[in-house]
Amino acid sequence: MTVASTPASPAAAPTLEVRNLRTHFFTRAGVVKAVDDVSFSIGRGKVLGLVGESGSGKTVTGFSVLGLVDPPGRIVGGEILFQGRDLTKMSEAEMRDLRGNRVAMIFQDPMMTLNPVLRVDTQMIETVLAHKKVSREEARQRARDTLGMVGIPSPDERLKSYPHQFSGGMRQRVAIAIALLHEPDLIVADEPTTALDVTIQGQILAEVQKLATTTGTSLIWITHDLSVVAGLADEVAVMYAGRIVEKGAVSDVLDAPLHPYTFGLIGSVPSRNKRGEPLRQIPGMTPSLLNLPPGCAFRTRCPRAAEVCMAEPEIRELAPGREARCFRPMNEAAEQAA
Amino acid sequence: MTVYLVRRLIQALFVVLAMSVIVFVGVYAIGDPVEILISPDADQIERERAVRALGLDLPLWQQYLVFLTNAVQGDLGRSFVFNEPALKLILQRMPATLELAFGAMFLSIIIGLPLGLYAGLRPNSPASKTIMAGSILGFSLPTFWVGLMLIMVFAVQLGWLPSTGRGETCSVLGFVGLTSCSSGTQWSFLTLNGLSHMAMPALNLALFKISLVIRLTRAGVRETMLMDYVKFARAKGLSPSRVTFVHVFKNILIPVVTVVGLELGSTIAFSVVTESVFAWPGMGKLIIDSINVLDRPVIVAYLMIIVLLFITINLVVDLTYSMLDPRVRLESKA
Repeated sequence: MTVASTPASPAAAPTLEVRNLRTHFFTRAGVVKAVDDVSFSIGRGKVLGLVGESGSGKTVTGFSVLGLVDPPGRIVGGEILFQGRDLTKMSEAEMRDLRGNRVAMIFQDPMMTLNPVLRVDTQMIETVLAHKKVSREEARQRARDTLGMVGIPSPDERLKSYPHQFSGGMRQRVAIAIALLHEPDLIVADEPTTALDVTIQGQILAEVQKLATTTGTSLIWITHDLSVVAGLADEVAVMYAGRIVEKGAVSDVLDAPLHPYTFGLIGSVPSRNKRGEPLRQIPGMTPSLLNLPPGCAFRTRCPRAAEVCMAEPEIRELAPGREARCFRPMNEAAEQAA
Repeated sequence: MTVYLVRRLIQALFVVLAMSVIVFVGVYAIGDPVEILISPDADQIERERAVRALGLDLPLWQQYLVFLTNAVQGDLGRSFVFNEPALKLILQRMPATLELAFGAMFLSIIIGLPLGLYAGLRPNSPASKTIMAGSILGFSLPTFWVGLMLIMVFAVQLGWLPSTGRGETCSVLGFVGLTSCSSGTQWSFLTLNGLSHMAMPALNLALFKISLVIRLTRAGVRETMLMDYVKFARAKGLSPSRVTFVHVFKNILIPVVTVVGLELGSTIAFSVVTESVFAWPGMGKLIIDSINVLDRPVIVAYLMIIVLLFITINLVVDLTYSMLDPRVRLESKA
């Protein structure tokens, strides 16, 4: 089950292991299986890129890990083992202890994640005090140091500012600083650079990468941007319609995708090397989660679809360290092997 | 900030001026007070003397100028009916209306905010549905009817509360123990007896406002709970009470303060119905009586005071706003 690009040392258990997670939303129109049988694991200090289109269930997967799925949504099955403890079986109080402390989250839109009517110091100090019994002054110091760490100049003054006095990139740094306050073991980052300029995105990616390696923090980096994954992640899991359709080491998956969907995604990225060629695109649209086609959910858009795809594919190992949920993978050798 | 205040005050001055013209002309157009004030069997000479004494023989613009000159000196004219300064008449009645309005406002906040918060946080619970249904009643039941019902139940049948009047009053300067309850500005809320007189009219007046605050708060909570920053606050591991009372509450206060401020103004100005039902000797009764007999100076003075009141309340609301919402900066841009 575990996917690793480099063989993990036997002593290091994964920081997070998600097994057969199912998060469903019980709406009036029917049951939406936003996350359906998702499994992955992340080692200490590793970065997992969780890739997919809007509505593929990436964000809900992230919220599930933090126990922040709101009604009508509910985790209906599976296990989320964080350092060996199953988060799905924890009480709300235990989860609250963990949130922001051992497991932190960074959101997509930095304009929306900070409360507009509270000063930055209030929002940071409350996070410190929620998990540590320290004085306000110590908490303020911790907040200031962390702001400095994520590259915010003159953090003392900036602490007294309101969020609207920051630019988008600076706000995201503040949000990242808040996530780092307790040096968590795991950070779920939900498209944190999507709303930012490319240059700011680059700076933030570099800093996050540095932090992950120096503090041993594991990261789930949710994104639809394959170039970000290529530069940042160790492993990648591609989601489609609530399921992981392919996962493996980043270089393997990006160089030789097994699932036709991954292949299509990579083809949709504009590149310098394909100048003059028309972009390849995946025909059609992501199907509604309420109304998935029977069998393989990607079947209706898949160039390699065949009779066999009418059955539901299971995720299986097609090559060492490579898994995909496909009957007719791109890789011919893998197909013959399977 | 000071510049801002000065600018606001100058603006206010112009509003008052414009208002005075409109009111003056409007009241002049309604009818001739002479017809009502002077007995029908008075002869021509008597009539003319009276008209001249009241200054009604001058053309309208001259009457207005006279009024304006006096107004600048703090004299808003004498009541035709009571032959007393209009301002004094109004100020005498003001405390009664003010305490009633503030009492109603106080009730609407301490009842409306918690109920609205609850209904917003648990939108599907039976209690919330009851609260929301109740607020619709509060909106739609006519004030006078509710007032009469309150009197019937609490005064007539149960006999718990007095039905009319202000009860014992005291002045603010009359500290407890001192017997100065007979002089100075009189307030009912300083005595227990006065409070019992205030309870029903204040509740009657508050009913609509309670419903308003409930609905506003509920809508605000429902909207704010969906915001990313609330989820982020939860992702930080904050306790639910901290999320609700700091992160959500401060955001919903912004619309509530605006509406409550404006409501306060209209409650002070237009609580006529409640004052009539409970025979509460406030400004509302005075203005209605004055309109009936076309007591022009009182009407004009009253409306001027109300305009000033609204301007002041709006200013206070804006100041509160800037405290609640850091994105609002009170700057004076030329």
